[in-house]
Amino acid sequence: MLKDITLGQYFPGDTPAHRLDPRTKLLLVVMYIVALFCAKGVFSYGLTALTLILCVRVSRVGWKQLLRGLKPVLFIVVFTGLLNMFVTPGDPLVQLGFLQITGQGLINAVRMVLRIMLLVMGTFLLTYTTSPISLTDGLERLMNPLKKIRVPVHELAMVMSIALRFIPTLIEETDKIMSAQRARGADFESGNLLERAKAMLPILVPLFVSAFRRADELAVAMECRCYHGGEGRTKLRALQYRPSDATVLFAGAAVMTAAVVLGRFGL
Amino acid sequence: MQPILKIENLTHTYSVGTPFERSAVKDISFTVNKGEFLGIIGHTGSGKSTLIQHFNGLLRPTSGRVLLDGKDIWAAPKKIRDVRFRVGLVFQYPEYQLFEETVYKDIAFGPKNMGRSGDDLDRCVRWAAKLVGLSTSVLEKSPFELSGGQKRRVALAGVIAMEPEILVLDEPTAGLDPAGRENLMANIRDYHVNHGGTVILVSHSMDEIARNAERIIVLKSAGILMDGTPAEVFARGNELLAAGLEVPQITRVAMALHRRGVEIDPAVYTVEALHRQLLALGKGGGVC
Repeated sequence: MLKDITLGQYFPGDTPAHRLDPRTKLLLVVMYIVALFCAKGVFSYGLTALTLILCVRVSRVGWKQLLRGLKPVLFIVVFTGLLNMFVTPGDPLVQLGFLQITGQGLINAVRMVLRIMLLVMGTFLLTYTTSPISLTDGLERLMNPLKKIRVPVHELAMVMSIALRFIPTLIEETDKIMSAQRARGADFESGNLLERAKAMLPILVPLFVSAFRRADELAVAMECRCYHGGEGRTKLRALQYRPSDATVLFAGAAVMTAAVVLGRFGL
Repeated sequence: MQPILKIENLTHTYSVGTPFERSAVKDISFTVNKGEFLGIIGHTGSGKSTLIQHFNGLLRPTSGRVLLDGKDIWAAPKKIRDVRFRVGLVFQYPEYQLFEETVYKDIAFGPKNMGRSGDDLDRCVRWAAKLVGLSTSVLEKSPFELSGGQKRRVALAGVIAMEPEILVLDEPTAGLDPAGRENLMANIRDYHVNHGGTVILVSHSMDEIARNAERIIVLKSAGILMDGTPAEVFARGNELLAAGLEVPQITRVAMALHRRGVEIDPAVYTVEALHRQLLALGKGGGVC
């Protein structure tokens, strides 16, 4: 059950989408997100959605996988949709007691739901096709200029890659602890909200303890291998920017700019 | 002998319907008798851990049945917790599941979930603590300030305190030093002999299984390779070795001697038995 959560999971593959430089992919995702937030009408949404579909086809990531990534945010999607539907002022279409659904509300709801779904799927596509290591590598390089204003770029990237690396481990650990407590008769499914929150304690405490233990072990292991931060550290796999990357980046930028412009005009 | 746990054609398949589909347990059937000390051995990935999680209903069989006292444990899925109280399962490295402020409270977690309270709760907590060799002074300490071996004991006591009819242990001595190992196994033997508990022990260590189990089941690639008394199983020592498993050290010595033409039973698995056989040879004026 917990294993179904696919946050930050990488599916190895050898498609153009996988081979693309992580910097390109990161920039594209940022542009994609900007375009999504500027999108207003059918055309701008259509353009961003088409871009996503194209990228998914190229990456050969299954739609099933991608849709499964939506499961954890399902609640937020439904909640935002309903909220927008009921509280947007305008001409009422349906009156349900004190609640009313307005035409504007309906449009807003569809917009918001689409926006969140496309956003989540797009970012998931990035993590599905980019290994955590190259992702943080790319991020580190992109943020490099920030070093000038004393932002600890390397440290941030390291923290991120460690966090990503430990997500599957911690999920597995949670599964194990849950089974162990279930074997002692713990019940996570019944009871009211307070009782259920209380029932989480036997999972959370051991999980925290083990997370700290792992962190400690990792720190020792890193020190044993003479890790001393980013200063003077060289890369095993230096990122190489290829012409194809530039092409994709410019094409992506053009399409996303078009989407933004379309959105500006309310299309 | 009275059967207590019966496994019928149990199959468990992970990730059904995806490319990752894989059977961890395939069509396994066997019966565990009341008061038996059963050892289960097998390679990593032979399905041991998956198998034992069916005994107390943590996993639901893809097909097949698990019968406890003749009743299918999944006949009433809502009552599955009662099965977990009757079949106590101690996981690998159980010390990582400790969470309470004091050892006492942690051991009491299981019995409390059963609905026990007051004197009854106090009795079973203290009984379990004593059984695993924890002194009364430890009970008020935090489980996090104990040593690894002691933590393991606390976790074991947490399951024993539920007074399960069947105690299932997954590699209970992994990562302990030899003395700690022997102590823990003595506690488990004590539970078995003096309290009439049925014990199912999963282990990598052939020596540990040979010394304790009355019956051994050998798993290989999701199925049962052998099922019998230690003597029966170790008589097929060569097959065990061929399956990539080991045989007890004593059996290895006996097998080597047997190969060199010494007339002894290659299936002996205790120091005493080998000793007896070698003495008998000596009297006959054999090798020595």
